[in-house]
Amino acid sequence: MIKAILIFNNHGKPRLSKFYEHYNEDIEQQIIRETFHLVSKRDENVCNFLEGGLLIGGSDNKLIYRHYATLYFVFCVDSAESELGILDLIQVFVETLDKCFENVCELDLIFHVDKVHHILAEMVMGGMVLETNMNEIITQVDAQVKMERSEAGIAGAPARAVSAVKNMNLPEMPKNINIGDISIKVNLLLQRL
Amino acid sequence: MSPSVRLQEMIRVIRSARTQGEERGLIQKECAAIRAQFRQSDNGARTHNLAKLLYVHMLGYPAHFGQMECVRLIASPRYSEKRIGYLGAMMLLDEKQDASLLITNSIKNDLSHSSQHVQSLALCTLACMGSAEMCRDLAPEIERLLGASDSYIKKKAILCAVHIVRKIPELGELYTPLACSLLSEKNHGVLHSAVVLITELCERNPDTLRQFRKTVPELVHIMKGLIMSGYSPEHNVAGISDPFLQVRILRLLRILGRCNDAASDAMNDLLAQVATNTDSSKTAGSAVLYETVLTVMDIRSESGLRVLAVNILGRFLLNNDRNIRYISMTSLQKIVQTDHTAVQRHRGTIVDCLKDQDASVKRRALELSLALVSATNIRTMMKELLVFLSTCPPELRAHTASGIFIAAERYAPSQRWHIDTILHVLITAGGDVRDETVPNLIKLITTASELHCYTVLKLYRALITDISQQSLVQVACWCIGEYGDLLLKGECDDIEPMQLTEDDVLDALETVLQSHMSSPASRAFALTATMKLSTRITNNVDRIRSIVSIYGSCIDVELQQRAVEYNALFKKYDHMRAAVLERMPVIDKSSPGDTLGDLTGEVTKDSSLSKPVPGGSTLPLEPASQAFDLLDLLVPSVTVYEKGGVSLKLQCDSQTETAVTLTFTACNSTQNDITKFTLQAAVPKSIQLQMKAPSGSVLPAGGHSAITQTVVLSNPSKTNLKMRVRLSYSNQGMVCQDTVQIDSFPSPAWT
Repeated sequence: MIKAILIFNNHGKPRLSKFYEHYNEDIEQQIIRETFHLVSKRDENVCNFLEGGLLIGGSDNKLIYRHYATLYFVFCVDSAESELGILDLIQVFVETLDKCFENVCELDLIFHVDKVHHILAEMVMGGMVLETNMNEIITQVDAQVKMERSEAGIAGAPARAVSAVKNMNLPEMPKNINIGDISIKVNLLLQRL
Repeated sequence: MSPSVRLQEMIRVIRSARTQGEERGLIQKECAAIRAQFRQSDNGARTHNLAKLLYVHMLGYPAHFGQMECVRLIASPRYSEKRIGYLGAMMLLDEKQDASLLITNSIKNDLSHSSQHVQSLALCTLACMGSAEMCRDLAPEIERLLGASDSYIKKKAILCAVHIVRKIPELGELYTPLACSLLSEKNHGVLHSAVVLITELCERNPDTLRQFRKTVPELVHIMKGLIMSGYSPEHNVAGISDPFLQVRILRLLRILGRCNDAASDAMNDLLAQVATNTDSSKTAGSAVLYETVLTVMDIRSESGLRVLAVNILGRFLLNNDRNIRYISMTSLQKIVQTDHTAVQRHRGTIVDCLKDQDASVKRRALELSLALVSATNIRTMMKELLVFLSTCPPELRAHTASGIFIAAERYAPSQRWHIDTILHVLITAGGDVRDETVPNLIKLITTASELHCYTVLKLYRALITDISQQSLVQVACWCIGEYGDLLLKGECDDIEPMQLTEDDVLDALETVLQSHMSSPASRAFALTATMKLSTRITNNVDRIRSIVSIYGSCIDVELQQRAVEYNALFKKYDHMRAAVLERMPVIDKSSPGDTLGDLTGEVTKDSSLSKPVPGGSTLPLEPASQAFDLLDLLVPSVTVYEKGGVSLKLQCDSQTETAVTLTFTACNSTQNDITKFTLQAAVPKSIQLQMKAPSGSVLPAGGHSAITQTVVLSNPSKTNLKMRVRLSYSNQGMVCQDTVQIDSFPSPAWT
């Protein structure tokens, strides 16, 4: 059983924390801090398995982690899980995130925490591995996103347009441009969506 | 910040905070706004607010006021609201919260929803935080969903069933009939979950295990299909077809094949095939191979297969990838008990791993090395372990030290080697050893009588080099006190001799007494040792007297008491000094009460030295002896000692769960009066002894009256009661002493 999945950056700031066993809030924060402390001490070319976390379970539990760029992905598992299997699972998770976010980076995880949770929920459920096929996961996630969008309906369109414009990297526009009829401009944007 | 700002906006603002205090302030303001919004019943931004709250919760700030909002959102008909509501429920609610019961009904409704996405939300939440009551309520619903046609829902329902079985094992019977049929599914996700469910059911209930043994052929068939199938793009990970499913099935086969020949036979071929055909160049292949090896070792496989498995592990051990090495050591640890000789072949590699820079690999190598120590390789292994002790990371030191001690005790080729090893450990890592090392080592030293000279010289050398390791200091002081005369003789065969004067030795002990590094226990050891030397040396007895009298006013109460008593020994009881301080008898290691070693070296529970009893108070004789005779009839009393006319009887007055009250009765049937009769008693360490004052110390002749003494034993850990009693008395001017061991105690008068 997977006891917890933690993602934090090189300075210990949590980017995702999912616990499959109940702990108090302050214990949860302590676990995150202790795990960061243990994992950050590790060299680059040592093995990916750690023992010795006191708070999260004790002797039966191992921390299996992988370091990608600025983020640590840590899975705390007990002896019922295959350690090498979990390493592969972390890889599948990161590849899925990469597919969903298009060249995922830490900022994506920061600003879309809920989406990462939803992706994770398709892979691990109740501490058990649910699905490991990346395409299957992405299909389901896309279907869910479509369902949300369809529910938001036409009311959500301007909000999405605004966020789309904000996220676009617009080059510096000159101040005085005669753009003529504004309504045509809006339609173009909507069409591009 | 406007209350309906989106999640991203809030995150951006929080990230721009430059200090922790600024961040806290921003978050508090935001939480207040969210709270106000929650109180308003209808607003369009509920999902945003809960999302913001969950972000804040991840950072570690309190978010419990969002629980009711989660409940409300889950009950909403809109998918986006349900989604965030369920996420909030998984993060904020748990079994202990009352609000969790409120969502049971919503989950029940959602489990029958027309949209599979809503159903999946409900299943996911139930599997993550479902309490026992919720699981009981919803178990029939899950059973219905196990028969669903949609594989997406089916696999989630199966894992939900696993969670329910974990919470309420009895409900396993509900899902057992369906579990078998699930193995015929084609979808890998469903198959994977089904194998997890069957594994969980088998682990919980041995009857179910027997039932599922008949699925072994089917599982073997599925595995064969996976291995033989060509490249299938959807399940392929690094060239292996669905390694996750393969690993799961292998684990289930392990559980089914354990202790069962028929099942083990059925899987022998398959395991051989997997072991030989899997490509282990990538992690996925290694995972499958590793699981195969564990399964082979655990079931009743044929010997050829076992050899193959151990060879695979050996190959793993030599792999460059540290992960693989770590894994192979973990699995070797599991089989070292059963296949000891096979693992011994790899001892060299394992011992080399002790020098690896990776702390995890070192830990595994240490565990395995300690398990591989045997009588034949003890010398070489101990060398390696001692080198490891001096360089190992601090968190492993205590474990290494205790492992070395256990190994040394079991396989020591000679006593001298044993003593040397323990001394080496104390010098290197004396601060990390356990407390009982000191008495154990002392016991060992006293038994090795021909090595006393060697030991005390070695300890003296170690002491003058370094007095910071407390265990070493304590043992050294004890030995110097005990064998000081041998130390001063300075000659020994096996070690280079040292010429020491009495002053040198006393200097060393004084250094320990005065150093700020010494613990109170070490100083007590040093003081007693100094005192003992007063009978072993000839010239500097005055120096000893002065040391002892200085400590008579020490702040430490223990030291002060000892010093005062030793002073008294010099002054009033000088005639007894030689007897009190003579060489200790060899502590018998095999005696059951060998922790009775507390008798040695310490002033025992004895009424005579600390509280001098006024000589011989007599009691009114006749009524006591009559009462004594009457009691004798009613209460069983056991004669524990009878010699030279003096008899000692023991009776049990009362016995509770943790305390026993005993009465000793001493009687004298000789012609002469016996005076100065005293009893001393010692009990094992876990029992506490309290001796009340005796009725007197004179036993008149003819057995007319007796001395009685009550003893209360408190035994909270309920260990076996044993006691050693020493009698001493004076008969016609001769001092007699005798010891008797009491192992069986009479039952009390009333139970």
